[in-house]
This record gives sequence, structure tokens and C-alpha cells, in this order.
Amino acid sequence: MKVTNMLKIAPRRTDSKNFGGTKDKIMSLSVFSVSMAGIILMVFILGFLMTNGLPVLGESSLSEIFFSSDWYPTEEPPALGMLPLIAGTLAATLFSSVLALPVSVALAVFTAEVAPKGLRSFMKVLMELLGFVPSIVLGFLGMMVLAPWMQDKFEMASGLNLLNASLLLGFLIIPVVASLAEEALSSVPRDLRDASYALGATRWETIRKVVIPYARPGITAGALLGVMRALGETMVVLMVAGGAAIIPLALTDPVRPLTSTIAAEMGETPVGSAHYHALFFAGLILLVITLGINILSLYFEKRGGRA
Amino acid sequence: MKKLVMILTMVLAMVSAQAVFAADALVMDGSTTVLPFGQAAAEQFMKQNPKVKFSVSGTGTGNGFKALADGSAQIANASRFIKDSEIKTCMAKNVYPVPFAVALDCIVPVVHPSNPVRSLSKDQLKDIYSGKVKNWKEVGGPDAAIVVIGRDTSSGTYGTWQEMIMGKDVRVTPRAQVTASSGAMMAAIAKNKNAIGYEGMGYVSKSVKAVQVGGVAASASSARSGKYPLARYLYMFTNGWPKGDALDFLNYMLSPAGQKIVAKTGFVPLHGEGK
Repeated sequence: MKVTNMLKIAPRRTDSKNFGGTKDKIMSLSVFSVSMAGIILMVFILGFLMTNGLPVLGESSLSEIFFSSDWYPTEEPPALGMLPLIAGTLAATLFSSVLALPVSVALAVFTAEVAPKGLRSFMKVLMELLGFVPSIVLGFLGMMVLAPWMQDKFEMASGLNLLNASLLLGFLIIPVVASLAEEALSSVPRDLRDASYALGATRWETIRKVVIPYARPGITAGALLGVMRALGETMVVLMVAGGAAIIPLALTDPVRPLTSTIAAEMGETPVGSAHYHALFFAGLILLVITLGINILSLYFEKRGGRA
Repeated sequence: MKKLVMILTMVLAMVSAQAVFAADALVMDGSTTVLPFGQAAAEQFMKQNPKVKFSVSGTGTGNGFKALADGSAQIANASRFIKDSEIKTCMAKNVYPVPFAVALDCIVPVVHPSNPVRSLSKDQLKDIYSGKVKNWKEVGGPDAAIVVIGRDTSSGTYGTWQEMIMGKDVRVTPRAQVTASSGAMMAAIAKNKNAIGYEGMGYVSKSVKAVQVGGVAASASSARSGKYPLARYLYMFTNGWPKGDALDFLNYMLSPAGQKIVAKTGFVPLHGEGK
């Protein structure tokens, strides 16, 4: 049966009428146009951001935007210092990553390498489910449960702060990073583990010296994806970060990331004003940071491929 | 030649269509504070008068007067009375601004229900929001740091607070937390015993405690009588005594139905029973 099947397929492949024929052409053309539509849309979005964001440079200067810490956009003339906003974005992203990435990797190693089969599939389902928790639900929990708890327990002036935002962002990205890392670990060939065990390595040594190094590019890519998720997250930080435009000096300080600034202020900003352009410029800054992380992940992938 | 004629007719048609459109359209522009109920009232008004084309935008009180002066708006919404300089600009273009008070805007400082502070003066509020006063102890409360919460800079409530409490030259401290909506403000205050915030009277919920300003509690009657210091009239200005659709709309705005919309959006209606 198998042989006849193969025989049936084999001549088809070389059949000049079908290969490169009208049907193929239609297919390839439609695939090409759909993908081009996606790319053109992206270019339009970028163009839209630029045309609406760059005019702010006519009303303010780059040095004011990046080095002034006064964000009073509705004053006359507006003060458009975005330093505290950028600092807020970076601080929340950094702390959430510091909290979440080790936990995610540990969770992935446990799920892929240590857990027995039943527990393993349960963990996988759990991770995927947690990945779908809407961020507004998390934000709500942070506002109504976590913040009052932190105020009572640790005598913080306000529970709406950098720590709260970082914890929730961390919780948001753990499932994302953990399931990607788990996939990377699972795809490590059986032969490598067998070889390692054959050489007398213990389970821990095999995980540490064979499995993780082999899966590192995948783990890194997953981690960077998680970092970008934290960077772009809006609802959680809008609800629990406190929203004060200051450069945070402690984990208990409130912060105001770029994303929540755009979300909170765009609705009632007069179209075409300096403030309006400044908010688009904030979007551009976010895009540039994301692009930087993307390039970093490409670099890691390449390096991982060589090793 | 045929083409030219066609283009010409098309242009003519467009121009005339625009002229017809302009004659029918009623344009309202101005204060963002007035916008919520102005828009809601305009929508209701259009439902009752389907022929009227109403376009509403909120670009700020100053811009509203500019639009009234150059004729691009028939109604200018304002969160303050017209300035002398604005009257002069209008008069220079033969526009005679006529004010109609349509609602009262009343802002209430709020704290956690457990906070013992009952009343604050305008100066105390200003010092708290500028960051000069940092502890409740300084204004007669317990020894605890004040958590200052404000609204985002784009909101009309923020603008009102800035004008009525902070004045022109004093900024709200950047350490002030910011909430993006009235609901978020109420939640933040209700969950933090050291917090202070502010909100339009209609939005203040039972989960927080309203603070008296200079010993006067905020209420519709104290706002109307002028005793409550953080209340002000909101206006709609027209060019001369309004005619046609503009007159109908203002009559609707001042009618019980229009004033109900005012109350629904969190402002204080001009008339009504007690409270």
C-alpha cells in the first residue's frame, strides 16, 4: 500500500502541468499578496506614527523630551519631558523581567525534565491557560487585592507602585516565557541525553550541561518575547503603577510608563496639538525599544545557531 | 472641452452642496469640561429634531471663543466667563457674544472614610497638591504621609482643579499619583486610608468621604448659592440672541430634560429640588 501510494505521488511532482501551472500560480500569487498586505500595513502604521509623532520636534527639542523630567503637557507652553515616562517603562520592564525570567526557566525545566508524565501535561495546560488571563483582570486584582494588602502588611504609603506593577507584569509573562522555554527544552534530541547519561552524568548534570545549553537560543528568544510583552503592556500598568511622572528611586515609588500615559491621555487631547504629537512620539520610542530587543534576539539566535 | 464642463459642474455641485450643508449644520465648540453633557444633550436634541445637523467638538474654552468670533461655531462652550480681550476680538468681527449659564461645575476633595480630617481650606489643598504639605498631621490629621492622587492632565476635572486650586503658577507635584477615570479615582481613595483625591460632585461615591472646603460642605444648594468655593458656572455663548436651531437647542439645554442630562453626567443642574 505504501509503495503504491508513493508511486502515485512521485509522477505528480514532476508533472509540468501541475507544478508551476495555473493553480500553483494562483496559490503563490494569493500567498504573496496576503503577506505583502501585512507588510504594507506595518509600513503604514510606522508611517502614521512618524507623521503624527515627529512634528513634536518642531514644538519641543529632543533634549527636552529625553532629558527633562517635567511632564505637564497641557500647560501653555507644554512641558514635554519624557524622561520619567521612559524611566518608568524601563524600570517596570526590568523588575518584572528580573522577577519572572528565573521563575519561568525553572518552571520550564521542572515541567520538561523533572515532572512525571501526568503532572507534566497538567502543568502545560495550566501555563497555556494562565497565558490567556486578560490583563485587565490582573490589573483589577492588583488594584483591589494586592495594593490594599501591601499597604496594610508593609505600611507602604500606597500599594499602587512599581513593585505592584512589576509583580503583575511578571505574573503576566511567566506563562509566556515558561511555555516557550518548555518547548525549547522538549525539542532537545533524546540521543544527546542518552549520550550524557551513558557517560555517567547525573540528571542534574545532564540538564545543566547538555539540555539547557542546547536549548539556550529557544529559551532566550522566549525570554525576550516575554520582555517585550511586559514593555508593551498597557492595562496593568495603567491600573496599578500609580501613574506619577517621576523617576523611581525605590520599589515603592509610583511610576508612569509610556504605554499608560498614551492610554490615559490620548482620548481627550486636542488633535494636532503638541501634546497629541508628543503621545505619538512616545509610541515611536516604544517601537524603537521593541526593535532594539528584536535585533538583540536575532543576534542571540544566530550565535546560538553557530554554537 | 466636455471634460472641462463636467469638472466645472462637479465643482459647482460640491460648492452648492457645501453651502446647503453649512446652512443646516449647527456647530458647537469650546470647553472640554462642558463637552460630556454638551455632547449628550446634542445627541438627544438631534434625536428629537432629525433634520438638524449638529457637530460638537471640545478644543478648549479659548478656542471656542475663537471659533465663535470667526463664525465657524454658533455655540461656544466655556468653563469660565468670557475675558475682555475675547470680547474685543469678537466685537471687531461684529460678533456679539451672549452668555447662557447652563450648569454648575462642583469639585469635591475626597479622602478615605476613616480619615478624621473634616475640612480643608483652599490654601491647604493647594499646599497638599503642590507637595509643600506632606503629612496629615500638618492639617489636623494623624501622623501619616499624604498620598496625593489626581486625574490625568487631559481630563477636564484636572483642568478645573488646576484653575480653581493651584492657580496659574503652581504645579501639581509630579509625585501625585494619576488615575485615568472617575471610577479608578474612587477605587484608589476607598482602598487607601492616607489618600486624598478630587472628583466632580456627581461622581463622588459612598465609598469615600467628601471633605468640606473652608467649612462648607459641597451640595447642589451650596454650589448654587455660591457658598461652596469650588463651584463655578459653565456657559454656552452664542452670537447675539440665538435664532432658529441654536435657540431651540439652548431652550432644550435649560429645560428639565436638558438639566437631567447635566445631572447625569456628574454636574450640578441650575434648578432642582434641594439636595
